[in-house]
Amino acid sequence: MTSASPRRKPGAPQAQVVTANELLGGEVVYLTADDRWTPRIAEAELIEDEAHAQIRLLFAQGQPDRVVGAYLAPARRGPGGAVEPAHFREAFRAKGPSNYPHGKQEALGNV
Amino acid sequence: MYEYSAEDRAFLAERIRQFRAQVARRLDGSLTEDEFRPLRLMNGVYLQLHAYMLRVAIPYGTLNPRQLRQLAMIAERWDKGYGHFTTRQNIQFNWPRLIDIPDILEALAEVDMHAIQTSGNTVRNVTADHFAGAAADEIADPRPWAELLRQWSTDHPEFQFLPRKFKIAITGSPRDRAATAVHDIGLRIVRNADGAEGFEVLVGGGLGRTPMLGKVVRSFLPKEDLLPYVEAILSVFNEFGRRDNKYKARIKIIVHELGIERIRELVEARFAELRPSFTGVDQEVLARIARMFRAPDFVRRDTAPFEAARAADPVFRAWADTNLAPHRTEGYAIATISLKAHGATPGDATAAQMRLVADLAEEFGHGEIRVSHEQNLVLPHVHKADLPEIHARLKAAGLATANVGLASDIISCPGMDYCALATARSIPVAQGIARRVEELRIEHEVGPMKIKISGCINACGHHHLGDIGILGLERAGVETYQITLGGDAGPEAAIGSRTGPGFSYDEIVPAVERLMLAYLELRESPAERFGETLRRVGHAPFHAALYGEEKADAA
Ligand code: SF4
Repeated sequence: MTSASPRRKPGAPQAQVVTANELLGGEVVYLTADDRWTPRIAEAELIEDEAHAQIRLLFAQGQPDRVVGAYLAPARRGPGGAVEPAHFREAFRAKGPSNYPHGKQEALGNV
Repeated sequence: MYEYSAEDRAFLAERIRQFRAQVARRLDGSLTEDEFRPLRLMNGVYLQLHAYMLRVAIPYGTLNPRQLRQLAMIAERWDKGYGHFTTRQNIQFNWPRLIDIPDILEALAEVDMHAIQTSGNTVRNVTADHFAGAAADEIADPRPWAELLRQWSTDHPEFQFLPRKFKIAITGSPRDRAATAVHDIGLRIVRNADGAEGFEVLVGGGLGRTPMLGKVVRSFLPKEDLLPYVEAILSVFNEFGRRDNKYKARIKIIVHELGIERIRELVEARFAELRPSFTGVDQEVLARIARMFRAPDFVRRDTAPFEAARAADPVFRAWADTNLAPHRTEGYAIATISLKAHGATPGDATAAQMRLVADLAEEFGHGEIRVSHEQNLVLPHVHKADLPEIHARLKAAGLATANVGLASDIISCPGMDYCALATARSIPVAQGIARRVEELRIEHEVGPMKIKISGCINACGHHHLGDIGILGLERAGVETYQITLGGDAGPEAAIGSRTGPGFSYDEIVPAVERLMLAYLELRESPAERFGETLRRVGHAPFHAALYGEEKADAA
């Protein structure tokens, strides 16, 4: 099936984060600058440089025992300085579904 | 209903043992995700947006109370206390952990259920009329045939790697409630001129990015030829299906490309080869299955309590008038339990609600529950005298919404709230429309109306078949909703046509409201249904309602 994940248009530089789902539970996680996986996008490493992004993606893909389906997702720095999703699909992944207070919004309380 | 044999149970136990070992090998690193993915999909395990998802088949939409209680238990123990019933008579759990899934599969097997072939390029869950065995208009109960097809197609070595997934639906009633025209194979039990029962066989229907209605490949197939004939169709599909291009891999594309005459020749030729190898074993199996689908022992009782409640209680009357359908036995009714309370998620039921429905089925419904492709539950055999109490207990559990077949009885796929393939949300749109019709208090005035919503072109929400269909897409980084009008899932199946430019998330509910109000103005009488009005007046007045006069002229 086609992936609905937003692809960057060539020539449109945009910051990215490495994201994936945690292997055991399936929860959405993000790669931090110090090589941890975090459930909070705010703690993710915001990557501006494409070459660096590819290296970080390879690093993530090298951890099949931790995460599944790693990819680069568009992100940006929000008004308060925290990293936030730059596409509505990623916003749902970062928060949880809109019909119930389940997922991250339940666990984290304030996203 | 059908009960598993010792072999069925042994097969399931072995499959679960294998899957448990596969999960363990995935976790210890001996299987990569690429190796593991097809294995988990064979067991109905998807990776969705927020979590894994487990899709469990409910063959031909039939459940017994024990099974429904087990689903409730699974929802509570391993998920978030609810399950989602889908348009293919499956139930999906949205939050299981991968490591728990072997245990969940074991719990399912305890009640003769599984998740096999709910994914992948296989023959998927065979769906059937949810009123099967009960409907007054039925020629014959299609479920023994559906069960025969299920047994034959499960783990069939020739059909595990089809060019693409393959969906079969079956109805025993001329009022097609199973959407047979939009399945890879649609089977309709018919009677020929001599009064013999057989099947009208449709092939090549489907929705998705290339919606097509099935074409009749055989107008009358003697019943006993069903398996060899279906096998012949699958074998032609296996040979000619476009494995080179997944967007062209469904059988509808080869029916379209080769034409139905050529397909018929190929199928009939293959059928002639296969027929002699079916020596009657399948008919013996069928006879054994059919005994398990024996109709319940109906009784004759006074329906006075029903009439009295109907006269005395307007809430009960409204429910009875919308949610009951004619049963073939005098004094009985088919009761649809709406999973579409205004503002609720279409198709979701909590564990407590599942248990209540299981109790009601046991106490009043001959132990039968059905799941409809319209994402509701059904008590197919209830005596009218018991309906006041059934209604009262449903009401206490928030399950007595009187809206079956009305504007708020919306089919909606999970969309971008859960589905990894989605391009937009669908659930909140359904919630918004349902809340709005409730505020306006117009749905009983509007009358029968089908609104169907999909969160992407794959069309799991059957949007092409709605009076009003809504397709959620992404345009320039935001959610956009395209409207189609004039679809029909029934015997007069029709694919709706697109209206014009899409609407934003904030605009889509008001747009649907304008369509409903326009219909109220335009219809000749309350008896004229939305589709009939549309055919009579054409699309222009509805375009005008959606876009304003000017744009409608330009469109
Ligand atoms: S229609 Fe699309 S979004 Fe909806 S369930 Fe199907 S694949 Fe997912």
